[in-house]
Amino acid sequence: MSAVQNIPAQSSSNRRAGGIAAWPPLLRILTVATIIAVLIALYIGLVYAGTDIDQGDVQRIFYIHMPIFFGAFVAFGTAVVGGIQYLRTRAIKWDTLALAGVEVGLALAVVNVVTGSIWARPIWNTWWTWDPRLTSAAIMCLTYAALLMLRNGIENPEQRRRFASVYSIFAIVTVIMTLVIIRIRPDTIHPAVIGPSPQDAQGTFELEATRGVGMALGLNFPVWALLVPITLMWHRIRLQNRMEEVERLKAEVLNQ
Amino acid sequence: MNTPFWQAAFSITRKDLRAELRSRELVNTMGLFALLSVLIFSFALELDRVARQEAVSGVLWVTVVFASILGLNRSMAMEREQGNLDALLMAPISRSAIFAGKLIGNFVFTLVVGLVLLPLMTVLYNVPLMQPWVVVLLLLGIAGFATIGTLLATMTVQTRARESLLPIIMLPVALPVLLASVNASTAVLNNAPIDDWIAWPQLLAVIDVIYLTLCFLLFEYVIES
Amino acid sequence: MNENPALIETRALVKAYDLLVVLRKLDLQIQRGEFVALLGPNGSGKSTLLRLLAGLTRPTSGTILIGGWELPREAAAVRAQIGMVSHRSLLYENLTARENLRFFARLYNLNPTTDHIDTLLRQVGLYKRGDSLVRTFSRGMLQRLSIARALLHRPDVLLFDEPYTGLDQDAGRTLDNLLAQAHSEGHTIVMTTHELDRAARIASRVLILSRGTIGYDAPASQLPPGELAARYGELTGMVVIQ
Repeated sequence: MSAVQNIPAQSSSNRRAGGIAAWPPLLRILTVATIIAVLIALYIGLVYAGTDIDQGDVQRIFYIHMPIFFGAFVAFGTAVVGGIQYLRTRAIKWDTLALAGVEVGLALAVVNVVTGSIWARPIWNTWWTWDPRLTSAAIMCLTYAALLMLRNGIENPEQRRRFASVYSIFAIVTVIMTLVIIRIRPDTIHPAVIGPSPQDAQGTFELEATRGVGMALGLNFPVWALLVPITLMWHRIRLQNRMEEVERLKAEVLNQ
Repeated sequence: MNTPFWQAAFSITRKDLRAELRSRELVNTMGLFALLSVLIFSFALELDRVARQEAVSGVLWVTVVFASILGLNRSMAMEREQGNLDALLMAPISRSAIFAGKLIGNFVFTLVVGLVLLPLMTVLYNVPLMQPWVVVLLLLGIAGFATIGTLLATMTVQTRARESLLPIIMLPVALPVLLASVNASTAVLNNAPIDDWIAWPQLLAVIDVIYLTLCFLLFEYVIES
Repeated sequence: MNENPALIETRALVKAYDLLVVLRKLDLQIQRGEFVALLGPNGSGKSTLLRLLAGLTRPTSGTILIGGWELPREAAAVRAQIGMVSHRSLLYENLTARENLRFFARLYNLNPTTDHIDTLLRQVGLYKRGDSLVRTFSRGMLQRLSIARALLHRPDVLLFDEPYTGLDQDAGRTLDNLLAQAHSEGHTIVMTTHELDRAARIASRVLILSRGTIGYDAPASQLPPGELAARYGELTGMVVIQ
């Protein structure tokens, strides 16, 4: 009988291969499909679709901006599901899911803020305004950044997972409530001082029957709202699992 | 088997009040902070009368929320210092009773500071803050801060980063309360017709109920390991 | 509800903090009326075990039974039967000794008469300082008040976590007497300490905890001199200076 502890065989082939070859087949397909879909969607939105009469080319960024807002929500929704399930089962995999959801969601939310700001600049001459859209995006970023800071501020892993799960429930409730408040009472936010009001601008572009608008939106929406977050989250989960396996192996070696 | 809920909760509240009356730590810290905050805003904003009226709500509520954070930190730190949280957990009382007891105490402390702010700001900013509706808004808003603050402070007091983490995680969650409170206060101070702004206090009450329910459901996960 | 004769029992108790396993499949039975001294170096899991018995933390796996009730699931049924004295005082500094006791009495749903509280204060030798703020108490006095608090609701089980920490000779002797008194009154006591000779002297049974399991378990009365130190040295790799 060998005195040396064998590390379980199922991971050994993965360890040797590494890189793309180590991904599960479905992930490989998904990643490739996502990249292709992103490229197509970007082309349709940024090049193919007709230029908006009122706002010009900058309106195109909307094809990314709005779907990615929903993408962030998909990610945050996943995080909340992970959080609730963790509290119920205390199985670490749920917290890993939640962590992936929060990080990916935050990244998408930041993109949302940046694209919103880029849109704001030519429309009414300022990089920032407290209109409902930008404010919603900012609040999403701040709340989930706070969640990540909370996670980083806790050393005890069990406590970290538990507190993060609880806070992520508050986070999504807060974001939803704030969005509702801002949208049903637009007088909350001071209207833009210079240039047309943002709601009007949005309304105008939707009514224009410009060529390809429907297709651009129809294509970009599932890409940014579903494909991108799911792919990113899957990769993030794998990364986290790998990191935890390294920690486990380290502990095994040290404890012997 | 468990001690009755309200007996346990009120015992904890009474204990907090008694300890505070004796040391006056909380009220001094919060009160001094509130005074300084109001003064500093007054200097820093250097406003004419009209703009000042617009800003008063914001100054009031920002001061209240930061004062409440100070109070929450100290109130929960008292439980942690000598390991008292363990003593509370070992007692035959429900975890919710612990939450309720601390919540009421925190609410009272912040309310006292808030009520003191009203005459202070009326004088300094020359705005009619001493109105029944403002007091109602104060009650509703502070209830919101105290609710989420008690739960979040219970979290942060158990971490290594402690005091510094509470403002970071509490402010986003306090945002809906803040939004509703500030908007309602502004409308009241502008003497707007009640139909215009009555939705805000109603919204505030709904937010309070949502947060209260959430906190009661989740507190046990925060306090037990 | 209590067919199980042992008052405190653990079965295959495991406590792990993520990858660090502190208690490994610990099996333990403590009968009513025993005074158990739990020995072991720092990090051996003594405090963790006590916290598990107190219901302050939940096991990773395995079972804890107190009076037949399972912790933490049925903890509410037994909380009133457990009292704990930690090396932290668990008292409120800005209240007097009496106010502290009255507060905890209310939490335990007791309606103590002033006499009851006075008797308790006298028992721990703090009657004269009953109305002083706890903030003014010395370490020894805090310890004594802490014990009064733990005895307040007359629990079956008393848990002491390193109670001799920071006490001088006199205070230590007072504590010895209090523990002996509590033992003779029928309380079941589990005490963690790293003072071997004291443990052998006052406890009825000694356990040595090492690397997450019980390495040694014997009645205190049957210990030949030096035996405990030798065993301790074997199990923990530490030399004990007597």
